[in-house]
Amino acid sequence: MSDALLSLSDVEVGQALPPRTIHISRASLVQYTGASLDRNRIHWDERFARSVGLPDVIAHGMFTMGSAINIVCDWLGDAGRVVEYGTRFTKPVVVPYESGADVEVTGVVTAVDAQTRRATVELQAMCGADKVLGRAVAVVVLG
Amino acid sequence: MAVNVSFTGRTYPPTAPYAVGREKIREFAEAVGAHDVVHFDQVQARARGYRDVIATPTFAVLIAQKCDRQLIEDPEAGIDFSRVVHGEQRFVHHRPITAGDEIVGVLTVDSVKQAGGHAMVTTRSELSTIGGEPVCTATSTLVIRGGE
Repeated sequence: MSDALLSLSDVEVGQALPPRTIHISRASLVQYTGASLDRNRIHWDERFARSVGLPDVIAHGMFTMGSAINIVCDWLGDAGRVVEYGTRFTKPVVVPYESGADVEVTGVVTAVDAQTRRATVELQAMCGADKVLGRAVAVVVLG
Repeated sequence: MAVNVSFTGRTYPPTAPYAVGREKIREFAEAVGAHDVVHFDQVQARARGYRDVIATPTFAVLIAQKCDRQLIEDPEAGIDFSRVVHGEQRFVHHRPITAGDEIVGVLTVDSVKQAGGHAMVTTRSELSTIGGEPVCTATSTLVIRGGE
């Protein structure tokens, strides 16, 4: 990534951010389980996940949310300038043992406020045909 | 057991201070695949004007979940944790969470709604330093699935 901070003059409404595919393996979920302290067994124990009616292990919604914002941070050049970030968790990301799962993250600038130097980015996160984040919106402060 | 609707508006006492450490910031950043050096290298973080390494945008969930736990573990609230699904999450950062911060959270139950056998609880955690400086407002919606 570039270390240069994105400036107001570089950004316009409709601009697309560089997209990214996040590959999620069981190892990713175990690592996030440890870091986040969210140790719910549905995120790492297949037998348990099935016993509560899930098709398989599912990713933490917060893992998907926390990973998706990286396309904004890298585009912006400073993660500390993400001042708002929210989403709905619309569909679980099912993570099979063999293949893992791929989440395609894209983002578009939907608003730019020259006065406050703030831009609004709407993110989309798709796992196959499923939209896994809904109304995922970040607000950033530009240079 | 139904979720207690009368909990709307309830505020809990501040949580014990959470000491934000460099290694935890790095560990969390690595776990979500963040690459910005501002999470890893304090020299570069200082060059950008921060006091030390700063947390990724969703790190605050570590502290917000401690706040939510007060409600979930409150027997009078009637929440069955095994039926809780995370519905929504939002963060408003007043400034980045920085290594060395000691953060307390104050939990308020913004709303409790019952709909179609499910309950939706929206909580707000106001995170601030022990010195009273606002750091982050974290809002969560928890969906408590009804029985079969």
